[in-house]
Amino acid sequence: MTDGHSHNGHPKAPASFEVRILRQDGPGQPSYWERHRVEYEPEMNVISVLQRIAAKATTADGKHVAPVAWDCNCLEEVCGACTMVINGTVRQSCSALVDRLLAERPGEIELAPMTKFSVVRDLVVDRSRLFRALTKVKAWVPVDGYYDVGPGPRVSPETQEQSYPLSECMSCGCCLDACPQYLKVEVERLEGESAADFEARVNKEYDRSFVGAHAISQAMLFNSHPTGANNAGARLDALMAEGGIQVCGNAQNCVAVCPKNIPLTTSIGRAGRATTIHQLKKWFGA
Amino acid sequence: MATKRILVVGGGLAGLAATMKLAELGIDVDLMSLVPVKRSHSVCAQGGINSVNDLTRQQGDDEWLHFDDTVYGGDFLQHQPPVKEMAYWGPKIIELMDRLGVTFNRTPEGMLDRRRFGGTLFKRTAFAGATTGQQLLYALDEQVRRWEAAGKVKKYEFWDFLGPILDDNGTCRGAVAQDLVTMEIRSFPADAVVVGSGGPGLIYGRSTMSMACTGSAASRCFQSGAKYGNGEFIQVHPTAIPGADKLRLMSESARGEGGRVWVPRTPHDPRDPVTIPEGERYYFLEERYPKYKNLVPRDIATREIFDICVNEGLSVEKDRQCVYLDLTHIPKKELDRKLGGILGIYEKFQGVDPRTTPMKIFPAVHYSMGGLWVDYERSATGGLTVGSPRNQITNIANLYAIGECDYQYHGANRLGANSLLSCIFSGLIVAPGLENLLKGAKQAAAELPSSLFDQSRKQHQSRHDALLRRSGGGENPYLIHQELGDVMTKWATVVRRNDQLKEALGKVSDLYSRAKKCSLSDTGTWTNQNVVFTKALLDMFPLALTILKGALQRDECRGAHFKPDFAFGSLTATEAGERRRQAEAWCDRFEANNVKWLKSTVAQWTGDEVEITYEVVDTSLIPPRPRLYGLVGADDIEKVWKQRSAAREAVQDGNGSTAPATLAAAH
Repeated sequence: MTDGHSHNGHPKAPASFEVRILRQDGPGQPSYWERHRVEYEPEMNVISVLQRIAAKATTADGKHVAPVAWDCNCLEEVCGACTMVINGTVRQSCSALVDRLLAERPGEIELAPMTKFSVVRDLVVDRSRLFRALTKVKAWVPVDGYYDVGPGPRVSPETQEQSYPLSECMSCGCCLDACPQYLKVEVERLEGESAADFEARVNKEYDRSFVGAHAISQAMLFNSHPTGANNAGARLDALMAEGGIQVCGNAQNCVAVCPKNIPLTTSIGRAGRATTIHQLKKWFGA
Repeated sequence: MATKRILVVGGGLAGLAATMKLAELGIDVDLMSLVPVKRSHSVCAQGGINSVNDLTRQQGDDEWLHFDDTVYGGDFLQHQPPVKEMAYWGPKIIELMDRLGVTFNRTPEGMLDRRRFGGTLFKRTAFAGATTGQQLLYALDEQVRRWEAAGKVKKYEFWDFLGPILDDNGTCRGAVAQDLVTMEIRSFPADAVVVGSGGPGLIYGRSTMSMACTGSAASRCFQSGAKYGNGEFIQVHPTAIPGADKLRLMSESARGEGGRVWVPRTPHDPRDPVTIPEGERYYFLEERYPKYKNLVPRDIATREIFDICVNEGLSVEKDRQCVYLDLTHIPKKELDRKLGGILGIYEKFQGVDPRTTPMKIFPAVHYSMGGLWVDYERSATGGLTVGSPRNQITNIANLYAIGECDYQYHGANRLGANSLLSCIFSGLIVAPGLENLLKGAKQAAAELPSSLFDQSRKQHQSRHDALLRRSGGGENPYLIHQELGDVMTKWATVVRRNDQLKEALGKVSDLYSRAKKCSLSDTGTWTNQNVVFTKALLDMFPLALTILKGALQRDECRGAHFKPDFAFGSLTATEAGERRRQAEAWCDRFEANNVKWLKSTVAQWTGDEVEITYEVVDTSLIPPRPRLYGLVGADDIEKVWKQRSAAREAVQDGNGSTAPATLAAAH
């Protein structure tokens, strides 16, 4: 590709551009910046940039390095895997288009791992805490079983239109990375500790820490389902326990960064009211 | 006795459905996946899931017709009993998913809303916006999380299945797998292994499939002796958005909701498409297929779009092949409600609003009808015997396959919105059979001598270590993968020719030799994606060769497998008598071809090449008939065909029997 190639409103596309990546060889190791140079192609996204870097495995200075590790799967922003911090903003790398990134910051793209989860390697982070929170709030419909016992409850289109957006949450973790109250929890395995003991200790630590906007929103999703509501009390109890909704500082960053535009703050508001009523009912034994 | 356990490999719709049902039956499950199961490729399915429903029933629809549409759409290449069973379970599966809280779209009265999909005239498809696969997967993921919390399921996410462990009798006793983070390789004793690892899209380089769809798990079973059926049947989806890293699906639901496919009658017309008058637009699907219009089955839509661009030179753009998929005539509000998800994808990745500007789309590799060969037990009524351990079993004892990676349900071509159904169905049906298998087993795998498991682990460890030692100077696995994808996409997709397939076989064999000399740019022992990818790449070749060899040998047109040199073509005569004679000849040729080719391709890996045999298809429930969507002379052919069928039936009645067609040797 030569200078002057015109594409998608980006009249002067460069022949190549630089990608700065914050790398880390493993947990607990120091991180370091590394520069790569990538040939420009039309219609690139950050995934294709990382694919070119992996194939080349050579830095801008010509040094051979191990390919940069990153997480991805669907490449169409429905699986949530490829979340990272791109030019300072947490988002999915598949939907981060190079033309747009270069338009907002010419000549360079900066990639870093999410900040609230421990780094496994380079841009790969451990987001198991996020899934653990879904267990904590019992984010499921407690059906009797999987035999055929007829249709589910009727649902009005209005309710469906309220539930569907909440159900689009792909557990990407953007809302958590942007949240000032969601603090990184890192647990190191002790010498001689069994895998099962370590997992139990990690889960205990996760359960004490803030569940985050995504899990609060999922709790509201299942509390509004006719059968899901049978567990509503248990979900509200979880949201009132340590690491629950009271940790939310109402910064509203979550809703601003959600790639699916899920009304997270609306869910948090609903959860706040529901937990208050739940508390009052408990006091008065209703 | 130690507790018996089942290992499920893959946490998409099929693997999760199996896991959840097994847990309900009281069986402990290890669930293994390359990615957190909630991020499985099933999330990419957009349009919906098919079943007969109360409304279509009153329009004359029933389960039998859904079954018929599925085998007709699949050009009769599937054994019919499993397909029949699936169609009859369809309504129950949708009710189950509804109970699990799937946010299906609703009618004003609160019932499930339905849309129409390709290959049928009924509105059978239930949907949740345009992210139905995601919504179904989440419902199953939630149930499995519930069982995980209850201690019945143990997840192994970010683990790579390296192969089944077979004992001296060739019975599967577990699997070896690798932790993608720590790179630890270990054995998992299991009383049965169920592989639900999805399709092999990455063999084609870029496709609509996700990055985890390498086909490696299926290939590793294949290389361990499992048979692979109908590999050459690869569905190319008519409408995808071309991209540098991936070809993103544009759901069939866009046409189901009224989307129209067209090109300007003037090649490469530079005008803004919305300003091009109706008279200067060529709605080629509507003109060529007045009955099904834009909703012809996928293989036909794909070939027509290909034909318009390649043969007729009517591509919208000069340098790149594409046609318009137009939704701009539909009110925005309706589009947002029914298709918001997929329109968002187009907007996000192309930077253009499809509500006001027609989309540019082109076909892309999408789904593998073929997959691991599996068995079934036929019931007295022609369905499946529920609870039989033979259902979904491969030719290796205790090794099962479900979902896209089995070959069982879609024959030569899959109908839209049938894949979500077959994935969930195969996952649910495998469970009661496994329950009975476990009941009959005398010893738990965990009690077998540890030498069996150690030995298998060591084999995989030494393969891994040998790869890590190969640093510097060799071939680059990523570039070999690109070359493989280019060869496969060019010669083994929409139109297939024997000379090209022969050339492709040579090229892919060469690439395989080169791939074996790949060297790694990362020789580390922590989260080494380079070595994991290289292993997956090596395992793509046995399947790629299976696809090519199967396609080369199959000298006919069937479903997605189209060889113009063997196409029957339309009737040309206008004079009634001659036309009748042509129709008779057409039917003769059709019958002769079926005698030769109405057979499943069954491949086995000999260690360095593919060996192919053929298996007779159980067509005892619905006799094969010509697939005539839109063919010139279809009415005449159909008339001849009906007369012949009636004559055959009369003979059968005269004999006092309804002798079913020859059954497959295995059944």
